Amino acid sequence: MSNGTAIGGAGSLPQRNALSRLWNNKEARSVIVQIIALILIIGLFASMVTNAIANLEAIGKGFSFKFLGQPANYDINQRLIEYNSQSSHFRAMQVGILNTLLVAISGVILATILGFILGVLRLSKNWLTNKIALVYIEYIRNVPVLLHILLVHGLMVHSLPKPKSAIPVGDGSFLTNRGFFMPKPLPEDLMWVVIGLFFAGLVFAFFFRRWAKKVQDATGKIYPVFWISLAAIVVVPVLAYFALGQPVNWDTPELKGFNFKGGMVIRPEFIALWLALSFYTAAFIGEIVRAGILAVSHGQTEASMALGVSRGRTLKLVVIPQALRVIVPPLSSQYLNITKNSSLALAIGYMDITATIGGISLNQTGREMECMIIVMGLYLIASLMISMFMNWYNKRIKLVER
Amino acid sequence: MKLSIKYAAAAVALASVAGTAQAGTLEDVKARGELNCVVSTGVAGFAAPDDKGAWSGFDVDFCRAVAAAVLGDGSKVSFVPTTGKTRFTVLNSGEGDILFRNTTETMSRDADLKLTFLPVNYYDGQGFMIPKALGVTSAKDLDGASICIQTGTTTELNLADYFRTNGISYEPVPVETNAEAQTNYLGGRCDVFTTDASGLASTRASFEAPAEHIILPEIISKEPLGGAVRHGDDQWADIGKWVVNALINAEELGITQANVDEMGKAAGDNPSVNRLLGTEGDFGSMIGLDAQWAMRAIQAVGNYGESFDRNIGPSTAIGLERGLNAQWKDGGILYAAPIR
Repeated sequence: MSNGTAIGGAGSLPQRNALSRLWNNKEARSVIVQIIALILIIGLFASMVTNAIANLEAIGKGFSFKFLGQPANYDINQRLIEYNSQSSHFRAMQVGILNTLLVAISGVILATILGFILGVLRLSKNWLTNKIALVYIEYIRNVPVLLHILLVHGLMVHSLPKPKSAIPVGDGSFLTNRGFFMPKPLPEDLMWVVIGLFFAGLVFAFFFRRWAKKVQDATGKIYPVFWISLAAIVVVPVLAYFALGQPVNWDTPELKGFNFKGGMVIRPEFIALWLALSFYTAAFIGEIVRAGILAVSHGQTEASMALGVSRGRTLKLVVIPQALRVIVPPLSSQYLNITKNSSLALAIGYMDITATIGGISLNQTGREMECMIIVMGLYLIASLMISMFMNWYNKRIKLVER
Repeated sequence: MKLSIKYAAAAVALASVAGTAQAGTLEDVKARGELNCVVSTGVAGFAAPDDKGAWSGFDVDFCRAVAAAVLGDGSKVSFVPTTGKTRFTVLNSGEGDILFRNTTETMSRDADLKLTFLPVNYYDGQGFMIPKALGVTSAKDLDGASICIQTGTTTELNLADYFRTNGISYEPVPVETNAEAQTNYLGGRCDVFTTDASGLASTRASFEAPAEHIILPEIISKEPLGGAVRHGDDQWADIGKWVVNALINAEELGITQANVDEMGKAAGDNPSVNRLLGTEGDFGSMIGLDAQWAMRAIQAVGNYGESFDRNIGPSTAIGLERGLNAQWKDGGILYAAPIR
């Protein structure tokens, strides 16, 4: 044995010990594993991205977002903002974003209302109501939502009449397989007074509710907050509307040539997507609501009644706040589902983000990577915003421990 | 840190390998023993599967001709059905080797989408189909109409241009596939269906009552339809180009599926025929194939005119006249470069 190896051996032994000590330490090991996993994941993504960019460059397609400024050259039927075929791809994207938001927000509202009704019906002691709700929920949520969308769209297009034999609904509205045509309000100057009163009513209701709560906390006196708010928000503007002599002109749709002209139209594509998404998601929300209500033990209700609190206030002050704590987190993911599922619009030609920037623009410009990055980014932003809002709401209603 | 650099290096190496692998499409196809041909999801007469799943049609014949020339067997084709939107991605990603899908050659597709177009195999233009009962006789009377339109096509852009320049309005009803357009059109969601005139004829032929629909006289665009391959593989582009030219030349020279064997046995009097069928010169090897490449293509599907008549000609349900697509000698504009 030479001197050199002895020194080398003596030097490496404590080092190996240090390494194995590090490995045997539970915390250190978990950190090491996480670092390795992170490096692997980053490496994988880096390889995918560089591979894609290299391949695009190999066939001579650079990576650039310049196309967004060029004219889109195609038309879009449902547009909430000014747009024509000479507008840019960027403008087309904005039209798409608004259409996605429109269907997502309307979907969230309708699905929530239907879902809460379904959840309550499922808890009904009435056998028939209970079972009808059960059958509805089980049928709807076990059939893919795409089929629901196609079904509703097919029903609307094939069972409703063409514009020539439209079904009149009320005064100046018509139901056809091209959509629901209705008069468009054209407000005169005085109408802004009514609109102003409506917003003033909202502000009043907000502060009145605060004030009433303070009074109740201090004196126990209860004001009919709901009715007073309703009067401020709805009754006052409605009275003002009539008092000012109905300051609105109506642009009624009229059948001219192929289609109705003038007025507003809700197209079958929007209705199909909106109803199908809402009905589908409502089935899930119904079960979430049922779970939430069942999670509040019956003892709570009994205790509240024993204190002489009325049934209505028991529901409002005891049951619902506790149920909401169980309902809200899963509800958030249902809202996210609606937003993401709205991309199925593609199947029926509703012009949302996926159909505009992620569809026609992508195809006409051939910028797959760029367009898909934009589309994914937009959905990500929308989803994160919903998550943030729901987390904020969840925090607001969560159990306050004293 | 070193690890991730290694990964990046490996990724770059991988990417460059993938890049170079694109060049040898001919070798890839030969090694696979099958040609991946990008076609439509179903346009009767051009490319549609029958009840047994066997594809046939005018575009399909060109796929088979290429397979026959390259692999020696016109049946060794795997068809990749695509929508108007997915076709170029499928081709550019390498999922398909060659595309024959009623595709209009345009400058941006050629230069920006990085495609190499093969010679035009069908000269077309965009038209409008409308139910007879509506009593419309001109596209200028379509103000306010709802129009079904396949997204991701040149027709979508022509439509916007046409209505804008004529100062009339319309409601676009976007659809993905021909079948979807048909349902919406027959269901009355739209008054008008617009696409290439050949596509309209094909769609109308599949209706229960074709006579109740008319195609308006206005043709609003030029739609030179042709096959395409990826940029960057000139040899493969040449093969596609000359197979198409061979079928067109064969008609001009009177070579048919029936007489090709006879004419190809030995060199005859006509040097053009001899060069095409490989009994004179060595033209096959110029594109990496053998001397009988064109002969096999003609054996598989016949010449241009035979394929036209069999799939979309006046005697078929589609009932398209040759029109612009007649040989230049017969008053059309079909004019294939000579093989020499």
